[in-house]
Amino acid sequence: MSLSTVNERPGQMNAGNALELRGITKMFGALAAIADVTISVRPGERRAVLGSNGAGKTTLFNCITGDFPVTSGIIRFFGEDVTAFPPYERIRRGLRRTYQISSLFAGLSVLDNVYLACRGVSRNRYSLLRPRSDDALVHAAEMLVEAVHLTAVKDRLVGELAYGQQRQLEIALAMSGAPRFILFDEPAAGLSPTERRDLVTILTSLPAHIGYIVIEHDMDVALRVVESVTMMHNGRVFKEGKPSEIEDDPEVQELYLGGGHG
Amino acid sequence: MSLADQAGPRASAGITKTAGPTSWIERIPPAWWAAALVLLAMPLVANNFWLFQVMGWTFILGMIAVSLTFLAGYGGMVSLLQMSIAGLAGYMVAILGPSGTTSISLGLSWWIVLPAAFLIAAIFATLSGALAVRTEGIYTIMITLAIAAAFFYFTRQNYTIFNGYSGFNLVLPPRLFGVDWRDPTAFYYLCLGCAALCYGTVVYVSRSPFGLALQGVRDNPRRMAALGFNVTAHRVAAHAFASIFASMGGILLVWQNAQIAPGTIGISSAIDVLVVAVVGGMRRPLGAFVGAFIYVMLQTFSPDILGAFGFSAERFKLIIGIGFLAVVLFSPDGVLGLWDRWRARTGRRVDPLTGQPR
Repeated sequence: MSLSTVNERPGQMNAGNALELRGITKMFGALAAIADVTISVRPGERRAVLGSNGAGKTTLFNCITGDFPVTSGIIRFFGEDVTAFPPYERIRRGLRRTYQISSLFAGLSVLDNVYLACRGVSRNRYSLLRPRSDDALVHAAEMLVEAVHLTAVKDRLVGELAYGQQRQLEIALAMSGAPRFILFDEPAAGLSPTERRDLVTILTSLPAHIGYIVIEHDMDVALRVVESVTMMHNGRVFKEGKPSEIEDDPEVQELYLGGGHG
Repeated sequence: MSLADQAGPRASAGITKTAGPTSWIERIPPAWWAAALVLLAMPLVANNFWLFQVMGWTFILGMIAVSLTFLAGYGGMVSLLQMSIAGLAGYMVAILGPSGTTSISLGLSWWIVLPAAFLIAAIFATLSGALAVRTEGIYTIMITLAIAAAFFYFTRQNYTIFNGYSGFNLVLPPRLFGVDWRDPTAFYYLCLGCAALCYGTVVYVSRSPFGLALQGVRDNPRRMAALGFNVTAHRVAAHAFASIFASMGGILLVWQNAQIAPGTIGISSAIDVLVVAVVGGMRRPLGAFVGAFIYVMLQTFSPDILGAFGFSAERFKLIIGIGFLAVVLFSPDGVLGLWDRWRARTGRRVDPLTGQPR
């Protein structure tokens, strides 16, 4: 599927694609949750995946991270075939994700959560020595907590946090280490209008080399933080284009925007 | 070991709640100093039976139980194998070192025997752990119970290595530094030192990257994989690490009894370790030692009490069983949980403004 509709960013093309999905199919029994999906995303590209519930968006994320093994197809991450890799090997190569329903460690503090995320993509995961207070990873974790505005609650248990704060922590976990590509699964779900504005700021101020795919029902958020859009329907790629083209497409409006969403 | 030694604030959950200007020694609550003093001074007042049998067995059982607390409390993996691992380490001391069964025992020196015993037990724990971590919940318990039962029957039926039913006797600790380590006072301090080492190690490691990640694996394995952790490898490593505490307890146990036989590692012993850990409370490593103390006290003194009321002395397990039932029903986090709630209730009688008692 061609990407000719997306605005080109010369200079980044020679790096190859950040993420390349070729003919990805995921069967659950006889049901094809996603069927023959082919998508290419350039390094640093920011893209939205839209579609109604059951269109296969989250399943697509689970296939990319390796949570679900694909039934057929090839997944390349920065040129490397990662189709057979377990999730942790893909994460160590710079892939990150957030979850639609916050998936955190409720019994640990905010800082411990982020510290674990930083530790997971670095060496000495099995170290028996406690980190010193001047440990580089502790410092990195504190910077990330700061970046998502959670410094005031960094020693609180995550289970005690407000919903919006947990969503922000989700994003901090996905930004740990040196991410090259992030999958955001409905980051704005359940957030207040103010928190949504914060989210847009966080997403748009990510370093330019970090690309992402965002699943989002809120068009105000989704179309402001991406440069290209993939529409999915019934497990297939239905349309690709710039945000403006997708918004104006009569077929898309009939299928999705007119369907009472938003 | 009085219950007073758990006083002080609840263990903080923050790895990075870093030290203030005070050093870590100054942050140890006074109750801990008192408990340490009582434990260190005990040989001045206690008789040999108390030192060797009661306290020695408490520390040994506590070490074996704390290896389960590490796996279950921090890793969410309930294993019934810890007594088998302890027993294997004890057997290795008897087989590789000197014993009364000279036809089998190799009589090697202690500096080969002890590392080999730890290593062989760790290999056993790693292999059985690799099997067990592929299962969850009740199936982990079943598979570890199956391995424990298989090992028990193997030691009973194998005469070439494990000397079958009779096992090994006259297994004595080496005379290091000119000390007879089976002398009650020396053995008491040896067990106290080892138990303190095990306890301190578990507390320290629980806040290390390895321990913290293990708690992450317990709470949310899928997310841990999505953070770059190899969940299976981490669980297997936890089994290997926990074997160190069980092995230490097992080696001290074979020295205390001066013998080891299949009866030491039977199914009921394997279950007793679980009972000890649950009764004490699995949320903190101290629970293993509190549970062990309660278990040993009941085991030692309930026959006398039962006898006084005309019951058979064999019924002490009935009391332990009722106690276990009561703890599981009323305080799922064990005796330590009861203690925490009692302290929280009495703590409320403090004036919130001045901090002074009303």
